[in-house]
Amino acid sequence: MIFNNPDVWEITLLSIKVSGLATLISLLIGLPLGTILALSKFPGRSVLLTFVNTGMALPPVVVGLAVAMALWRSGPLGGLHLIYTPTAIVIAQVIISAPVVTGLSAAALQALDPRLRLQLLGLGASRLQMVFSIWREARLPLLAALMAGFGAVISEVGASMMVGGNIRHQTRVLTTAIVLETNIGDFASAIALGVLLLLITFLINFALTWIQQKGAKR
Amino acid sequence: MSMLLDIRDLVVYRAGRPVLEIKRLSIEKGRVLAVAGPNGSGKTTLLLVLARILKPAGGKIQFDGQALENIPDLKYRRLIGLVMQDSLLLNCSVFDNVATGLRFRHIPKIEVTRRVGDWLERLGISHLRQRPASQLSGGEARRVALARAFALQPDLLLLDEPFSALDRSSRHKLQEDLKKILAGANITTIFSTHSETDVQKLADLKIELDGGKLEV
Repeated sequence: MIFNNPDVWEITLLSIKVSGLATLISLLIGLPLGTILALSKFPGRSVLLTFVNTGMALPPVVVGLAVAMALWRSGPLGGLHLIYTPTAIVIAQVIISAPVVTGLSAAALQALDPRLRLQLLGLGASRLQMVFSIWREARLPLLAALMAGFGAVISEVGASMMVGGNIRHQTRVLTTAIVLETNIGDFASAIALGVLLLLITFLINFALTWIQQKGAKR
Repeated sequence: MSMLLDIRDLVVYRAGRPVLEIKRLSIEKGRVLAVAGPNGSGKTTLLLVLARILKPAGGKIQFDGQALENIPDLKYRRLIGLVMQDSLLLNCSVFDNVATGLRFRHIPKIEVTRRVGDWLERLGISHLRQRPASQLSGGEARRVALARAFALQPDLLLLDEPFSALDRSSRHKLQEDLKKILAGANITTIFSTHSETDVQKLADLKIELDGGKLEV
């Protein structure tokens, strides 16, 4: 039985850690950047928004290629010795996930009535209090942005394979393990790992959806 | 009675053209001023300038004897209360909506509870205290928006069309309640309106804006 294999739990834990950390970093980048894009007017805003929206459709394999080239021993960041490490996977996944969180956060905040910001200022909110209030107001679509960001990285394989190298006990995650098992013809293990990946994705999204819908009932 | 607001040569531009020009306007403390005029005449613009949300291109505004530009933005905005035309309530309970501005000011919790309870009572909506704002009627939402501003005990209250989009009965009842509250609270108030009835019922003074210009 595949679930008795300690390697599976190691791989599962690494997948959750890497994708969870990448999503968290994407949130820390994407929410403030999405807020600036939604609330401010500055030269180049439309261009930046276009880049972000394009970034939402970045093919993971292209991201993997770019990050691998940068982190490769002869690459500009080769001195950091990050290629084929979990950190390299996190970097690639942040590049995939951050535009998703940024773009969807900007869209969520732009969907609010712009006069709400004026009303909050008129009630004596500082700029920071105003921003926190509108984040709270848009909490449902913002959680959806977070779920989309996590979904984009937990399920990607191309970037993890290219920058992580699928090294046993080091950088093997669920998606790269599924590819490996399929390549060696062990479909039973590949399917079991696939089911495990789906289960994890379901449980995390279930938790986030529960939080989201709890907020919706208020 | 001393002067709360004194405006001189105020000019506001939007998209390169003047949308509001006021040579001179003063209001004494405790007075209720109606700003009348058709749509697009600059009523909301005036209120937003007085809330210090829109910046004028020129002119001087004195607030309680001090030049407005010498008062920090946030400090000034915490001396006033603004109620915009649509109630613009937050997606939370009536209590939390009314408490919003007080919490921005870091007022102690016990005082927040007291003031919110007091103003819910005075506006006849204490039975709605725990109701989500999304489940209120238009009239109830307007009362919550007013309670939210009154609870701040502002030196200057700015109301943008406080009775718009209300049915006749809700409008009449709110006019009566607001009249009583304004008479008792002694809060300097400026409200915009289309309606002569609103002016007659509530205002001590009236100005008329036409095409962004003040007709005295």
